[in-house]
Amino acid sequence: MSIHNQFYLQIFAVILLAMGITISVAHAEDDRDERYADKPGERYGEGYSKKYGGENRGKPVQPAQTNAKFQQECSSCHIAYAPGLLPAESWRKIMAGLNKHFGSDASLEIRDSKEITDFLVSNASNRWSASTAPLRITESSWFRSKHDSHEISPAVWKSPQVKSPANCAACHREAERGDFRERNIKMPL
Amino acid sequence: MIRKVYVPVLALMTVAGLSMQPAFAETPDDILASIQKEMAGMPGVHGFSAARGESFFKTKHGNEWSCSSCHTDNPAVPGKHDKTGKTIKPLAPSANAERFTSQKKVDKWFKRNCNDVLGRACTAQERGDVLTYLLTVKN
Repeated sequence: MSIHNQFYLQIFAVILLAMGITISVAHAEDDRDERYADKPGERYGEGYSKKYGGENRGKPVQPAQTNAKFQQECSSCHIAYAPGLLPAESWRKIMAGLNKHFGSDASLEIRDSKEITDFLVSNASNRWSASTAPLRITESSWFRSKHDSHEISPAVWKSPQVKSPANCAACHREAERGDFRERNIKMPL
Repeated sequence: MIRKVYVPVLALMTVAGLSMQPAFAETPDDILASIQKEMAGMPGVHGFSAARGESFFKTKHGNEWSCSSCHTDNPAVPGKHDKTGKTIKPLAPSANAERFTSQKKVDKWFKRNCNDVLGRACTAQERGDVLTYLLTVKN
């Protein structure tokens, strides 16, 4: 093989590789609702902060460095909801009112409460541009849009296995691990 | 001579063996004793009663819930959170060895649950009666 041929072969290989990378990026875009940036301002964060009227969730997957205290304390009565499901201000408000937490006393010692608040705030939604800060995940635009009557029949909500929209794990079987991907949804009924 | 050499070895093995037991900070009896201590300075009779604890556990106290709304009438079986439906592990120490083994956890839950069920803190008498009752529940 001549030197020229080798040169063209290399060019060809580089082009082929570049095409492959482009295709995988395109696929990632298709799957955008399941993929998120890890830090504010990263490419998947841009643009998505305008979705759902600015009330968009950030990272549905729990950060790899989760907080043991958060896991332990926030999963006694319900699953430990992923911090990315609400904006930082929501978490501040929720944590400031734990003595009356949706009708129950969920108060913590000050030190534990501070550690958990810090964790929630620093991992809150990075795509929430609206000035709203709901106390319930189910009140956010992204949640309502994702769970409207086109997506889920009213009968599902009435199922005794579901009981409450707060019961993510009734359908999102991997919710406890912060995984809300479409492929892991299994509705009762 | 040989025996003398074995004594420290035996002691070491005992310590190692003990430390391999599940590391619970307190026992339910320790917790009960500390409630008893709280009452030491108070006037009146200071005994705890399982029967009184049981009826306290199973009745409502002016609010929506009783203890048994979530923990069920049988504390030896798993309960269910009345609102969220989440499973709650059995409360009776005979069915769940982890119960009443951390003063911090006991304080946290009595504070929360008494507030929910009674709208106030429980008295030492009430807490002592309930724990006495729970300790009589057989698995």
